[in-house]
Amino acid sequence: MHLPISDKIELNILHQNSHQAEKNKVKFNNYNLLCLNIMSSPGAGKTKLLEITLEDLSKKFQSAVLEGDMTTNLDAARLEKLNIPVVPITTGRACHLDANMVSGGLKLLEKKINPDLLDILLVENVGNLVCPAEFEIGEHFKVALLSITEGEDKPLKYPIMFREADLILITKVDLLPHLNFDIKELKSNIASTNPKADVIEISSITKSGFDLWQDWISKKILKFKNNFID
Amino acid sequence: MTKCLILSMEEWAEKKNKKKIVVEKINLKIGEFTCVEPISLINTFNAAVLGSWLDSSEITIETIPFEGKCSKCNRLFFPKKENGYKSPCCNFNLEEIISGRELKIASIDFKEK
Repeated sequence: MHLPISDKIELNILHQNSHQAEKNKVKFNNYNLLCLNIMSSPGAGKTKLLEITLEDLSKKFQSAVLEGDMTTNLDAARLEKLNIPVVPITTGRACHLDANMVSGGLKLLEKKINPDLLDILLVENVGNLVCPAEFEIGEHFKVALLSITEGEDKPLKYPIMFREADLILITKVDLLPHLNFDIKELKSNIASTNPKADVIEISSITKSGFDLWQDWISKKILKFKNNFID
Repeated sequence: MTKCLILSMEEWAEKKNKKKIVVEKINLKIGEFTCVEPISLINTFNAAVLGSWLDSSEITIETIPFEGKCSKCNRLFFPKKENGYKSPCCNFNLEEIISGRELKIASIDFKEK
């Protein structure tokens, strides 16, 4: 045996994922395809949000979904009824999508449709407020949902998720009259964790806030397309 | 995260000729403002590498403090959840993070066989 050697590499543990995420992003850019990573805890309303959003969004923009779930294709089946391309990604025991899984999903999507024809790819991540926040998938924007039934303190308890998000959707606000919930406190906690995030209150029951959300998406798509068409 | 660490080690070892080295220590720098709990990472790593070429490797973790910069007065501070991550000097929301997001392999101590 020789003397010990110390190799000072200063290497990001997630560099392989980051590298693949960059490759995914290059692909999205080449397809002129805006990609949103939709994240939340389980049951915050991601799939319902997409069902309602895509009904309108599909009239203006060509949309597709990569649907991440641990063990079933139930959510993918719901979205397939909207007649848009949906690729389920079953993660097995993994609690988040990573860049490799999304790369695989994109390859399957390419078999269903030419992505050049698409405007937006919505990636529904696995319900989890922890790991998805650390794993880039090549998205252009991160959208985090937080339902009011989860409590005002969640941005402080799961700060990475809410710090990383570009947009935070406060969901299920139709339940506000029935709950002892302080939405001002929630917004203050969001601002503390991420003062730069856009915040929209939304309800899948009353449809309140969907105009703002749809407007947010439309602006992002148009801005993205203009940047890459020029 | 453990899988990513092992894959990073595999990648590093391929460049070193894995069969001719023994990794003694993997020295990590983990920020306080990450989704990684150091003891859990050590435990899962030790379980995952049992019987592998990394079986005898030890993980050491240097915790990097979570530090922010007050956007009003530029003072550095340690954000606290209890205080809503606000700066204690000006009670401003946390805009700039100086450190605490690190997830790094800082160095690897190894011997050649």
